[in-house]
Amino acid sequence: MLRYVFRRLLTAIPTLFVIVTVAFFLIRVAPGGPFNQERGLSPEIKANLEAQFGLNDPLWLQYVHYLGNLLRGSFGPSYNLPDFTVTELFAKGLPISIQIGTSALILALLLGSILGTIAALNQNKLGDYSVIALATAGSTIPTFVIAPVIQLVFGLSWKLLPIGGWGDGALINKVGPVLTLALPQIAIVARLMRGSMIESLRSHHIRTARALGLSDWSVVVKHALRGAILPIVSFTGPAAAALLTGSIIVETIFSIPGVGRYFVDAALNRDYTLVMGTVVVIALFTIVFNLIVDVLYAVVDPRVRYD
Amino acid sequence: MTDLAVVVPEPIVGRSAWGNAWARLKRNRAAMFSLYYLMLIAIISIFGPWVVPHEYTTIYGDYVRMPPSLSAYPKPEMIQGALTDAVKRMRVDFKEWHQEGNRVIVTVKSTKPVDDRNVRYLDRSDAFDDTRIESKSPDGLEVTMSSAVKQQYFYFGTDNTGRDLLSRTLMAGRISLAIGLLAGVVAGVIGVIYGATAGFAGGRVDEVMMRIVDVLYSLPFIFFVIMLVVFFGRNFVLMFLAVGAVLWLDMARIVRGQALSIRRQEYVQAAEAMGVGQRGILLRHVIPNLLGPVVIYMTLLVPQVIILESFLSFLGLGVQEPMTSWGVLISVGAKNIGYANWLLLFPAFFLVSTLFALNFVGDGLRDALDPKDR
Repeated sequence: MLRYVFRRLLTAIPTLFVIVTVAFFLIRVAPGGPFNQERGLSPEIKANLEAQFGLNDPLWLQYVHYLGNLLRGSFGPSYNLPDFTVTELFAKGLPISIQIGTSALILALLLGSILGTIAALNQNKLGDYSVIALATAGSTIPTFVIAPVIQLVFGLSWKLLPIGGWGDGALINKVGPVLTLALPQIAIVARLMRGSMIESLRSHHIRTARALGLSDWSVVVKHALRGAILPIVSFTGPAAAALLTGSIIVETIFSIPGVGRYFVDAALNRDYTLVMGTVVVIALFTIVFNLIVDVLYAVVDPRVRYD
Repeated sequence: MTDLAVVVPEPIVGRSAWGNAWARLKRNRAAMFSLYYLMLIAIISIFGPWVVPHEYTTIYGDYVRMPPSLSAYPKPEMIQGALTDAVKRMRVDFKEWHQEGNRVIVTVKSTKPVDDRNVRYLDRSDAFDDTRIESKSPDGLEVTMSSAVKQQYFYFGTDNTGRDLLSRTLMAGRISLAIGLLAGVVAGVIGVIYGATAGFAGGRVDEVMMRIVDVLYSLPFIFFVIMLVVFFGRNFVLMFLAVGAVLWLDMARIVRGQALSIRRQEYVQAAEAMGVGQRGILLRHVIPNLLGPVVIYMTLLVPQVIILESFLSFLGLGVQEPMTSWGVLISVGAKNIGYANWLLLFPAFFLVSTLFALNFVGDGLRDALDPKDR
């Protein structure tokens, strides 16, 4: 297993390298530069700034420099927020985004599995249809509609939740964003769980367990669940990455100081280092999560072996 | 002797596979209803902006953020305010006003003779029309004017700058649907060509082509889209063509898989054995069998593009004012939920119901074209 993890991490290096290279040159060929927008910047000052950040060097040299810095773990300074390095910005924003993302993921996995199981146990009955309806709604209505509706209903009409803001991480401030992020994922998990649970309940070992007179609870939770959970596990990897990008909308609407918004602003302002930092972080997350999922797979399903 | 009626049996006409699919689709109530609903949305989005009496860009300065209403504006209680405003602009004093049928009669006075041209201040107001001088006092210090009340309907209310939300929502529908179709078709065509080539060429070519798709998959998708926005920022048609060019990956995979599996089917082998050429196999067997999954996936692609467009517009990266799309309207609505929730609710309803309908049609098509999968 350790060898497998090691090998996977090794193969991640070329992937990461390709991503960094493509992203670096893509953002560089885009018209404009980090110091073009600022009004009233005299040419001399602009030239000085560009010299300071080494933007006048040939592109390949800048690329080599960037790779070198990256290998030493430095993302460089942010061009548009000059008091901060990219690392500092991430140190501030990432914990917030991760907190909301993981809460949403856990909520989605728990609630989605429960709903999916309920639907599977009541196949073609009212419970099933309500879960399917909910899942269709959850996966059809986009986040940027759900979020303002949650604000409207829970924040303005019922005054249960604050409309936005982070409030230094107060629990009540997290409810809206976590719910918004989780809803589409709940829908997907519920759908997956319903399908795999129906399949699992039909299998031979479940029939045996029932024949042995085990209680419904024990059949479902101890035996059927184990087989049914596999698709959910493999879904978790892409979902975790999707939550990070989904946070752009949620963080914008609920005004939460996470990393989601950095990406959009940075790309628009040609804040090269911040864009690159975001790309690397998202790619790293995707790779690591996929690895974790594959390892978990072997834990849940003993038939899966990595040698 | 009786004539023996010769009963000629009706020749049995078989139904084509597409006929079968259509019959199955017609039995699916949700899908058919959604299909009609989509047609309705498309028709009112295409023709609506010409029918609605307001241009989607016209600004009614006197009707900023008016709530939706089935009765005409100005409301009776608003006439007083509109008159006061207009009279204030004339720089004269308000003496009295009353309403006679559809016209308001206003009397103003001043310390200096009142200029006749002042009537234009009433005409300029969005509430009045066809103003004329009824009578003047001999010294010209008092003037009575009459003015028709302009009846205007804002069924969806108006937005922050006083534009009619109904015409904006319909115009937005036009743009959103057009972009969805345009980018969807671009993505579909690229995906089909790429996937079919990979699937047919097979071997090393297939390997390399699919590896490229894998690498593109692992790039953060949002990054790609935002980079395209950065490149094509000024021209939204170009930009969405480019967005379509990003969404072809799934289609390529699906088509490649299908192409690979069709090539191995017995009927294709039989055709080959009978000496049918590559071209014949392609036209007779492969393309008709590919069409099903492609049609199904296209109906899923269009809502994806619409969501993506709305997402970008929501972030302020997509369609730019005064042009509008559902995403733009929802983003404005989200910022104004505190005092003008109709700005969110109407466009959100249009977007969400369209997405639902597209989904149901897609599901229905899948059931109809691929009965094994039920």
